[in-house]
Amino acid sequence: MPRRGPWFVLLPLALLFLWHAAVTRQWVAPGIIPAPSQVAESWYRWIFGAAGTSLSPYSGTWLANVLYSSRRVLQGFLIAAALGIPLGLFIGWNRLVSNLVDPSIQLLRPVPITAWLPFSIAVFGIYDTGALFLIGLGAFYPIVVNTTHGVRDTNLLLLRAARMLGASETTILGKVVFPSALPSIFTGLRLGIGVAWTAVIVAEMIAVKSGLGYVLWDAYYVGRMDICVATMCSVGMLGFLSDRLIHGASRILLRWRALEAHG
Amino acid sequence: MAEARGPSIQLRDVWKDFVKRGRRVEALQAIEVAVEVNEFAALLGPSGCGKSTLLNMVAGFDRPTRGEVLVNGVRVERPDPSRAVVFQEPALFPWYTVLDNITFGPKTRGLRPAAYQPRVDALLEQVGLEGFESHYPAELSGGMKQRVGIARVLVMEPQVLLMDEPFGSLDAQTRLVMQELLLSVWERHHQTVLFVTHDVEEALLLADSVSVMTARPGRIKKRISVELPRPRALELTTSAAFNDLKREVLSLIREESRRAAAQSGG
Repeated sequence: MPRRGPWFVLLPLALLFLWHAAVTRQWVAPGIIPAPSQVAESWYRWIFGAAGTSLSPYSGTWLANVLYSSRRVLQGFLIAAALGIPLGLFIGWNRLVSNLVDPSIQLLRPVPITAWLPFSIAVFGIYDTGALFLIGLGAFYPIVVNTTHGVRDTNLLLLRAARMLGASETTILGKVVFPSALPSIFTGLRLGIGVAWTAVIVAEMIAVKSGLGYVLWDAYYVGRMDICVATMCSVGMLGFLSDRLIHGASRILLRWRALEAHG
Repeated sequence: MAEARGPSIQLRDVWKDFVKRGRRVEALQAIEVAVEVNEFAALLGPSGCGKSTLLNMVAGFDRPTRGEVLVNGVRVERPDPSRAVVFQEPALFPWYTVLDNITFGPKTRGLRPAAYQPRVDALLEQVGLEGFESHYPAELSGGMKQRVGIARVLVMEPQVLLMDEPFGSLDAQTRLVMQELLLSVWERHHQTVLFVTHDVEEALLLADSVSVMTARPGRIKKRISVELPRPRALELTTSAAFNDLKREVLSLIREESRRAAAQSGG
């Protein structure tokens, strides 16, 4: 395999160039898609503001909206993890809990998060709670399912070893089952944070009046496609960043596993 | 416990059936085993003869279909630290260091470090793990992992030690080293041991008695006393007395495999 090096920038640069060419050479109808340079300029102004146009809603308001969306994602995601991980542990560990809860989860899971929108607005109104409900619900499914899967995958031999060493069921759950399921739990968390960013945009487009999703929809209505694209890029970056954070945490907590792969 | 009359491990008329793909399979038939206190007993048999099943029942992982399993006069119902198991796969907790694996048992029992630390240090020295305390299992060779597997159960000071082909997945050379290590460790602790293996030399080198099992359904064909002097070392395997015993065991195995072949052929 060739070394990583700077090779990974090749494809993004080519795409950027293609985008630029498509606009300047008018391969697409003019006025619909903004050029990369135009997006960059608007984005810059959106972040840092500009003298004279300070009344524009897209001047210097980027950080505030990023914080709105990030806080919602973080809150919804934490709620989902706080419910999904323990529940997944119990579903995977206890047959009774599994029989009682798992079928309902599997039945509700295929309902897309977008389909919950009207329900969410009807119940929670156009407040933060509605957004948190959607984000939490969306992130909950991959977390609970992957946790359950990780628990069920626990090596029988390790369970026997723990029992033979005198461990109680609680000790086994905490010291054997949980660490053994941790890689799978992290997979669930990474998938969950992805869904959380999807859900926050959907919720903000319709159910609340702030955040990147709100800006995205609002900019579309007033024909500011440059802001739309800048928003898309912002969400993409935030999603990438949060995924890297979780991945980094997993690298630290699952150090023993990295050793295994190299051993 | 010291005045325990009778054998340390006792299986009385133990039968074990499995249901496999809807069919009933007899794994063990009419097993009678008695292992005396401080005896090193080996169970020798071909793979699939049910010797691991037998050991699992003594460990409490599995229950007999009929008959009873007693350890120090008490019926075995579930796993317990007094009946330590060393598995063929080391079954270490990969997320714990060597030291944390060894102290898993004592910590689980709620012992204070002061109570078990001297024992841990002594064991680390006896099994040659000094300097590896903070390594993770993934960083250890197969033989080293098995040393941890032995140390983590000996630290519990079990009444009986159950070993399920513990050196079966090691290369030949490492296996010899581990056999000598086990001998030296056993000389110190003198636990009652039930050792399952399919290796004739291993059984004779280590054990006071070798019970030869038949192919499935497993029965005890014959129990042979190994009256060779202790402490033992690898050189023993070249002595005349050792070879006489080996010949005896091999002829039992040959007889048994002929019978099994005739049975499955007919």
